[in-house]
Amino acid sequence: MINLDIDGREFKTEEGKTILQVARENGIDIPTLCHHETIEPYGACRLCIVEISKGARSKIVTSCLYPVEEGLKVKTDSPRVMSNRKMILELLLARCSKNEVIKELASQMGIERPPFKSEYIEDNDCIVCGLCVRACEQVVGVSAISLVNRGITKEPAPPFLEAATACIGCGSCYYICPTGAIKMEDREDTRILYNWKVEFKLKKCKVCGNYWAPEKQLEYIRKKWGLSEDFFDICPTCK
Amino acid sequence: MPNKLGSKQDLETLQKDLINERKSGKPTIAVCNGTACHPYGCAQLIEAFKEALSKQSLGNKAELRITGCHGLCEKGPIVVIQPGDIFYQKVKAEDVPEILHETISKGNIIDRLLHTDPITGSTIVHRHEIPFYCKQERNILGNNVEINPTKIEDYIAIGGYTALAKALLEMTPEQIIEEIKRSGLRGRGGAGFPTGTKWESCRHAPGDTKYVIVNADEGDPGAYANEGLLSGNPHSVLEGLIIGGYAIGASQGYVYVRNEYPLALANITIALNQAQQLGLLGDNILGSGFDFNVLITRGGGAFVCGESTALMASLEGKVGEPRAKYIHTVEKGLWNRPSNLNNVETWSNVPVIINKGADWYRTLGTDGSKGTKIFSLVGKINNTGLVEVPMGITLREIIYDTGGGIQVGKKFKAVQTGGPSGGCLPENLLDLPVDFDELTKAGSMMGSGGMIVMDETTCMVDIAKYFLTFLEEESCGKCVPCREGMKRMRQILNDITEGKGNEADIDLLERLSATLVDSSLCALGNTAPNPVITTIRYFRDEYEAHIKEKRCPAGVCKALIHYYIIEEKCPGCGLCVKACPEKAITFMGKKKPVVLDESKCIKCGACYDVCNLEAIGKD
Repeated sequence: MINLDIDGREFKTEEGKTILQVARENGIDIPTLCHHETIEPYGACRLCIVEISKGARSKIVTSCLYPVEEGLKVKTDSPRVMSNRKMILELLLARCSKNEVIKELASQMGIERPPFKSEYIEDNDCIVCGLCVRACEQVVGVSAISLVNRGITKEPAPPFLEAATACIGCGSCYYICPTGAIKMEDREDTRILYNWKVEFKLKKCKVCGNYWAPEKQLEYIRKKWGLSEDFFDICPTCK
Repeated sequence: MPNKLGSKQDLETLQKDLINERKSGKPTIAVCNGTACHPYGCAQLIEAFKEALSKQSLGNKAELRITGCHGLCEKGPIVVIQPGDIFYQKVKAEDVPEILHETISKGNIIDRLLHTDPITGSTIVHRHEIPFYCKQERNILGNNVEINPTKIEDYIAIGGYTALAKALLEMTPEQIIEEIKRSGLRGRGGAGFPTGTKWESCRHAPGDTKYVIVNADEGDPGAYANEGLLSGNPHSVLEGLIIGGYAIGASQGYVYVRNEYPLALANITIALNQAQQLGLLGDNILGSGFDFNVLITRGGGAFVCGESTALMASLEGKVGEPRAKYIHTVEKGLWNRPSNLNNVETWSNVPVIINKGADWYRTLGTDGSKGTKIFSLVGKINNTGLVEVPMGITLREIIYDTGGGIQVGKKFKAVQTGGPSGGCLPENLLDLPVDFDELTKAGSMMGSGGMIVMDETTCMVDIAKYFLTFLEEESCGKCVPCREGMKRMRQILNDITEGKGNEADIDLLERLSATLVDSSLCALGNTAPNPVITTIRYFRDEYEAHIKEKRCPAGVCKALIHYYIIEEKCPGCGLCVKACPEKAITFMGKKKPVVLDESKCIKCGACYDVCNLEAIGKD
């Protein structure tokens, strides 16, 4: 067991956990955007930064990645943490000035508008946290999309910016995106994933007649698990 | 190629034979074939020497040695003749017959090829008397002159691979690590982490498979110290790597070299093949029972791949993106195995320490930084080139003694150390002793060993913008502070240089800098604001002049300067009229001053540069 101090409270926890895990298990709120518990931590959005110390010197680390250590003192809302987190949110707000999720997070920090000239303020939804790409790789196992380019031009994209032919239409990217940057629509018998330039035929339930999931996704699952050909003929609701 | 070496005795016998061969008594003509001498025509020069020496009358008179970088790149191509240590500079192919007939045959010195000291104006015959070399301690780089980097025989003749034999056959891994620790060697890649401690951590990290890696991804604009070493003496790097592999317990090494270094890549590849053929790589090296192999990987041209975790990701075939190092790479690095990454120069120091001992090594340098450091001395300085100086030497000594001072008629303004993310230090810090800790305290860093000297014609806001723009383009884009923060900083700096800055900008730049330093994921973002932070700290008045007075004191920022004709000085010669690409200057007749139409002027400065009567003003 490991003993550590978060915001003045003592905790006993198992080795191998991250600061964020321990904090959240104990009801201590640390904001995150690029973190999801089913996916390996990545440390891109930097919102979860905390100040840690062991002795006199302290430093800023991302709590989603930092493994707990014996005797560690953690501050989740020190002035240094807050001033960095505020600037990070100001930067995100300058990029995503109309995004409700970012606006709400910024507003909680008392930021109404970013401190940059209005001509430079952008209206983007994607914060390049990579959750869509990582979910597609780590959870779905398809890797239909990836992060392309570098620096300010980095973005999640289908291969060669053409239709993502490996995509199975599961929509994991859409569901996991923290800022609603991925646009998906189910239109009658068709699912459209606009970001990846792909469309999928949806399967009709033999009982209720509803279109309930992309045929390609169901085929992928059926083959992966060796299920019978008629396994997905009936939707989960009717089963 | 000599026979495979199966033991230390084999190596010693070969070395004796090679030394005897060298004692032939023939003079040696060492011609620099370094990267910087190529644009000056060293390839043609070498061909001319080869052709002349192939003729019967001269063939036996001298030995031609095609070497790596000699250091004084400003004056290339360089030729050094031994015995006598005669130094010729800016040598051309047409000088070859005269060098052979006069200097080699008769021992006469050719005055016009000699070096002239930029300060005293006197000519100097011998290399060791040239001020550029006098204050240097060329322990690492010095052997470049003695060897042809594509011949392992040359390296062995000057004592190469004796440190390897000593390490493998007379020392335990623990003793080697102890020696490196005691030497005080710190990582030359920039961060200055104690090398021995890193090796020890990697040796003790659990796991059977471990890796040692050479970081030869020197991506800085203006720095080529690693290039000069890897292309000029690749075996020294390889020898250090094999010793490191043995000490750490790795049987596989990698050299990650940037593909934009064709000469370094070619020479390390040749070196690797030769070492394999001689049995200095492979199974049971020198009969020690130690097996070790090396692979070369070419980098794809991303600056960020010089960062350890990004480099390892790239080696794995993934996108070169850094990851958090809360679990160190010595525990989980390449393919999650314990991995020890060191810079080219660090590896090159290892054979020297093993051969000469930690006690000797510790006599060089300061308390906290031992040994020497190679710098790429560039910018507005007389002697640009690669210099190797003992740690603790002052900036002033490097710039004025070794570098020969600032170019004629100009005044020193700042020196940037450590590459694009280093700090710009002002004149009152010229007496700063150069070591890891002092540079960091002053807001700069050792970094890559880049050293860019700037004079009064450099605008410090413009230079901060230049470096930041470079780093913005090279940011991998993974984390928000680095990706978004640098973009905002560049926009603000751009506005300031265009006269659109406002008084809150300096504070905002400082706030942004603090966040990048504190909360970026890797060292690229952590150090990227250094040029901005230091130029604000040391040259705040220049920022204020741009913001408040809409004036660029150095006369660089185009939006803030204008050119005008000083009528009383202008004789109407018309040179500027011809030089102006926009036809903004009108010829009004002989002995009448020309007229400049400011609405057409694009502020290129062509008229200003061409006028030798100072009849064109700029403010």
